[in-house]
Amino acid sequence: MFENLSYLALQQYWWIIISILGSVLVFLMFVQGGQMLINRIGKTSIQRTILINAIGRKWDLTFTTLVTFGGAFFASFPLFYSTSFGGAYWVWVIILFSFIIQAVSYEYRTKPNNFLGEKTFNTFLFINGLLATILIGTAVGTFFTGSEFSIDKLRITNIADPVISRWETPYHGLEAAFNIFSLSLGLTIFGLSRVLGLLYFINTIDDDEIVSRSRKQLKLCTIGFLVFFLLFVALLLTREGFAVDPMTKIVSMEKYKYLHNLLQMPLVLIIFLLGVIGVLFGIFVTLLKNSRKGIWYTGTGTILTVFAVFLLAGFNNTAYYPSTFDLQSSLTIQNSSSSQFTLTVMSYVSIMIPFVIAYIWYAWRSINKRQITKEEMELTEHKY
Amino acid sequence: MDEIYYSLVDWSRAQFALTAIYHWLFVPLTLGLSFIIAIMHSIYVRTGKESWKNLTKFWMTLFGINFAIGVATGIILEFQFGTNWSNYSWFVGDIFGAPLAIEGIMAFFLESVFIAVMFFGWDKVSKKFHLLSSWLVAIGSNLSALWILAANAWMQNPVGMHFNPDTARNEMLNFGEILFSPTAVYKFLHTISNGYVVASLFVVGVSAWFLLKQRHILFAKRSIVIAVIFGLISSLFVAYTGDGSAYDVAQTQPMKFAAMEGLYDGEEGAGLVAVGVLNPEKNIHNDNDDYIFALKIPKFLSVLAFRDANAFVPGIKDLVNGNPDQGIEPVEERIKRGKIAINGLAEYKIAKNNNDDVAAAIAKKDLEDNFSDFGYGYMPDKESIIPPVATTFYSFHVMVALGMYFILFFIVILFFALKDKLADKRQLLKLAIWTIPLGFLASELGWVVAEFGRQPWTIQGLLPTWMSTSHLNTGTVQFTFMLFLVLFTILLIVELKIMLRQIKLGPKEERS
Repeated sequence: MFENLSYLALQQYWWIIISILGSVLVFLMFVQGGQMLINRIGKTSIQRTILINAIGRKWDLTFTTLVTFGGAFFASFPLFYSTSFGGAYWVWVIILFSFIIQAVSYEYRTKPNNFLGEKTFNTFLFINGLLATILIGTAVGTFFTGSEFSIDKLRITNIADPVISRWETPYHGLEAAFNIFSLSLGLTIFGLSRVLGLLYFINTIDDDEIVSRSRKQLKLCTIGFLVFFLLFVALLLTREGFAVDPMTKIVSMEKYKYLHNLLQMPLVLIIFLLGVIGVLFGIFVTLLKNSRKGIWYTGTGTILTVFAVFLLAGFNNTAYYPSTFDLQSSLTIQNSSSSQFTLTVMSYVSIMIPFVIAYIWYAWRSINKRQITKEEMELTEHKY
Repeated sequence: MDEIYYSLVDWSRAQFALTAIYHWLFVPLTLGLSFIIAIMHSIYVRTGKESWKNLTKFWMTLFGINFAIGVATGIILEFQFGTNWSNYSWFVGDIFGAPLAIEGIMAFFLESVFIAVMFFGWDKVSKKFHLLSSWLVAIGSNLSALWILAANAWMQNPVGMHFNPDTARNEMLNFGEILFSPTAVYKFLHTISNGYVVASLFVVGVSAWFLLKQRHILFAKRSIVIAVIFGLISSLFVAYTGDGSAYDVAQTQPMKFAAMEGLYDGEEGAGLVAVGVLNPEKNIHNDNDDYIFALKIPKFLSVLAFRDANAFVPGIKDLVNGNPDQGIEPVEERIKRGKIAINGLAEYKIAKNNNDDVAAAIAKKDLEDNFSDFGYGYMPDKESIIPPVATTFYSFHVMVALGMYFILFFIVILFFALKDKLADKRQLLKLAIWTIPLGFLASELGWVVAEFGRQPWTIQGLLPTWMSTSHLNTGTVQFTFMLFLVLFTILLIVELKIMLRQIKLGPKEERS
């Protein structure tokens, strides 16, 4: 069935899958948000244990989504993978570093004889929360600001200077952390992950103190998140964008490109607005209606909003990974994708994704059926 | 190409080797222990006996400690192809990316979702669903090995693709050919069964320690019985698939095969070195003996390579200088053709930019006619195609010797276990403890053979290491190398300390 799709349709299909993975990843970063709030919400040792165990049962889901996001990007848009990872080296290495120290922390933090001590592992979790949210957001910010790189496939024939994708600044990605726009997205993700983390605590933990403290904290986090989010949206909709001429494939700057994209793709506009409403509604029912289900509204809203942002970056004749060093080196979903054959094969594999989501959902429900309580933490043998 | 550039390549290789070697300290145990646990868990569910539950839980705890650091060291490998091997990622990303993505979608989620159920599900989900989760963790981790090993096999034996000069990369033509190439099948089977052996040695060794300490006797005996049966079957299978792998290497990577044997001068009816010491003076320019001393099994190398006792096995000299009698071309001829192919690609791109279709067609023909030697065009001289012989040779022979030893070891352990005399054999129990690290050593050496033996290629015949890197400063990669060295070493210490303490604490039955 995928054989009948045009090359462009397959490229768009894969951009949609990348966008879904990216948006689910942002939702699942409630784990990182929660990791930053352990000490803020948990005032006693048992409370901190409850909090860490609440997110500890989900951390590998976020981790796996990140790895799959990377793998899927590699398979479908390899020129992005080779250009961004090899170029913005430092940003990616720091992100990976933060996930390496996260991966051992849950399992090792309370194990006897763990060499570094519980506090160190808790700090690892905090560092991961801070760096991963800000830097992943910042890295995605460069989808709109562009980066300084050049691409020349002829270089593969030159043994003296063979690298096709070349970063043209010595900062190798760190420059993005000093760009207001990229940083505004980084801080938006940072704030959002904390909001989501709190909503997850409220949803899954049965402990009055933790829940009431989380509600209080949620107000503060929401204000911070909204400030950065509004700044991001304002900057996004007013900035110049990287337009691609569909006939000549020439990339040029277009004023209000992303605003135009939003207006020219009404479906994306609707998804974006629904998403924002969902995010706010989840916070609203939690704060004003004492609901515990806010995570589901805000989570769904997050997925929709981020999904729309990815589509703004890549659809409607837009270069999704632009180069400010050489506009014509900019990556589009057409010039950076895998071959039609590979995309077709991968599309068959993608049929498994709904199945994967189904068993994730089933396993999630089996484990989260009952809320986590103090008693459970005191009785259970396997805990973090 | 200057020295600075070579040092970037060397440091990038060092970083890849470092991270891969660390990651591989943990993967084999995950591959094998997951199945051993699933078997124990099944016995618990069938018998309903609390003692089997405690036994399962004990090994699960050790599994979890190992798994966490395996995950931690693994994420860097997924992204390192991009961060440090940018050119590689474009040149073959159309083929290589797919298995990585499939690994994520099919295997990693299976593993990570059900591992949570496996650990936290004891009182939360039904017994059957819980048991199913244990099996799915085992299947998931082995499935992930399938995809990454298929990807690695493709680098050793690139099949199922063609080169597209317009995109300047290789593109996939046949997914089945990539996944089911004999190289991929043998690599997968040999590697996972080796993981089962490592895990069995681990379980036997740890249990032996309990027997020596006269603690948890029943627990230890039960664990040994399961592990030794699993291990013996697996170790025989490792030998079988190892033979298949060697045969495959002889067909697809003759230079690696020659290096594995330290064979400079090819011969008919070649013998296999059982024990030997290489002659360090030996190189392709002299006629010294290959070995200072070697005990050979007559004709066995020819049988291993070509299933024919009198077949000619080409040596390093034959492969470099050519051997007209055996129809082997000198490498210099291939280098010449490779240069024509690379030049054809350059001219094709230039002609296309100038919209000169006639010149483009001529250049394309040059490229296509000579593409089979494309990568040789990057070789500065003929000797560049020789891998590090001593490293490959010794790694290969120590690995094989250890593999044979493991079979014998499992037979002896099984013999005494069946007679229920194991607890009295203190020397044997001590040996079992010391055999644990040997399992890991053999496993790592297998990768050394595979990866050193294929030098200088990242993709056999297509792309050497120095054409595969990212555009970075050497200092940058030196820094991240040190970063990962320090980080992974600390984490390894943490893991070992926690693991040893948990073993000391022992299973629950007598703990209280």
